[in-house]
Amino acid sequence: MTNGQDELEAQFAQWRQYVQRRRELRKSDAEELEDHLRSSVDELVAVGLRADEAFLVAVKRMGSLDDLSREFAREHSERLWKQLVLTGETDSPVADTRSRRDLLAIVICAIGAAASIKVPELFGMSFDNDPAFYGPNAGLLVLPWLAAFLAWRRHATKALIGVLLALFALGAVAANAYSLTGDSQSVVLSSIHLPIALWFVVGLAYVADDVRSPRRRMDFIRFTGEWFVYYVLIALGGGVLTAFTVGTFGAIGISPEGFVTQWLVPCGAAAAVVVAGWLVEAKQSVVENIAPVLTRLFTPLFTAVLLAFLIAFGLTGDGIDVEREALILFDLLLVVVLGLLLYTISARDPLAPPGLFDKLQLALVVSALAIDVLVLLEITGRITEYGTSPNKAAALGENVILLANLAWSAWLALGLVRRRTPFAALERWQTAYLPVYAAWAWIVVLIFPPLFNYL
Amino acid sequence: MKVAKDLVAASATPMVLGILAEADSYGYAILRRINELSGGELDWTEGLLYPLLHRLERLGYTESSWQSVAGERRRKYYRITRSGLAELAEQRRQWDTVVDALKEIWRGPGDSTPLITIPLGGHA
Repeated sequence: MTNGQDELEAQFAQWRQYVQRRRELRKSDAEELEDHLRSSVDELVAVGLRADEAFLVAVKRMGSLDDLSREFAREHSERLWKQLVLTGETDSPVADTRSRRDLLAIVICAIGAAASIKVPELFGMSFDNDPAFYGPNAGLLVLPWLAAFLAWRRHATKALIGVLLALFALGAVAANAYSLTGDSQSVVLSSIHLPIALWFVVGLAYVADDVRSPRRRMDFIRFTGEWFVYYVLIALGGGVLTAFTVGTFGAIGISPEGFVTQWLVPCGAAAAVVVAGWLVEAKQSVVENIAPVLTRLFTPLFTAVLLAFLIAFGLTGDGIDVEREALILFDLLLVVVLGLLLYTISARDPLAPPGLFDKLQLALVVSALAIDVLVLLEITGRITEYGTSPNKAAALGENVILLANLAWSAWLALGLVRRRTPFAALERWQTAYLPVYAAWAWIVVLIFPPLFNYL
Repeated sequence: MKVAKDLVAASATPMVLGILAEADSYGYAILRRINELSGGELDWTEGLLYPLLHRLERLGYTESSWQSVAGERRRKYYRITRSGLAELAEQRRQWDTVVDALKEIWRGPGDSTPLITIPLGGHA
């Protein structure tokens, strides 16, 4: 008898597992249905069936779980939309306390970031009068908080925390040791490159639990894409908030402009950096990644535009009119193409056979390469003619780095389409290349100012 | 004879509210009661009952709580609310109208024999 009872409990346990896998059915629903099933079994046993028979009959009577969950879904359609649960309401108390601790940590880090951006004001700096200070230092004030949050979550080792601190200190040196005037090219270059260099330091914190693993590096690429999407969304919301603040207070004759430009926007932007990072961490498994979806949408469109450009260029026969900004424009184009490539890679099933999309991707990369080579030839001619400047050198260096990456990617993608190389090779190439970007950003920040006489 | 699905669905709400108006109850007992009342002719499934119970709760017609009655398992009991009783009264009024009208038609004016012979089953 007890044996039969044990067996029955095992069957119930198994059934519970099936039910809990259904997103439409909550835990309380499962319990309610289990009670129903047990009542049914009890009744059947009472009329003389054996426990295991009774279980089978009772389950059969309840009908298929598919039908059942479909009916539940009609009443609870909201459950099919995965909700990003920020606090509590999870089923397990362990996950609950963890998300609560996360929330506390992120509040501290976000407030820290918002406060840091205002600290220099205590020393007489202001957003309006000291752009040469804030430009390079903004990233330095904010990103350590995000890195701290990630390192805390990953239980980073003491050695790694030391490395992180050292790198941020190096960043501080790079931003402030050289006395650069506000209108020098180097200040602008540092303002662009130091945040990039520091973002890779954040990346180091992100991969803290397994620094050498290519998989973790790929995760960091995904993190970066999703972080960007979330930041843009938060910024849009912030824009609406700002507009209403200005509008409503303006209506009663109070001008909130000082508050908005000195507090709301800078502090909000700083805190959003950390909050966006936390959202990506929290939602990782909850919501579909959006960056790969965007790349799916835009890869064909970009390919079409680039091919059209090449054809038009071939037909007109004129050279490219390389303006001052052209090099930067084409750098950005390569960055976009690389982004499209990276985020497609990040979402691709490594085991899937090469398909049409891989060919499309190859076409995109090759056309971008072709355009870039044309531009590069033009630019090198101009530099040899007029001499170089920090801007040109930085842009040229980036172009070469991106070109090298894309050229080898194209080669690997060709191999993939022809089924010669596995997809993993392409993935490994991209993750192995990440330190090159970081190194270049550090070079621009640290070595360029003295190299070009603090121009 | 089984009652058609649409009719089962249409009558489900007053039926459940009516049963809960008698006494607080839980899913399995409600299903048993319906079976009993209809002599097994009403084909209710769990997929119909439980989502309906949840809907009635969402609309505020019932309240639920997990209770354990002495000597039994912990169960989710449903209790009809004030607005549930009002809804029941309203539904009852509507059903009475429908049933009266149908009876009127089928009896024929002033006559107890039906004017139209209704074919029963396949062979009349």
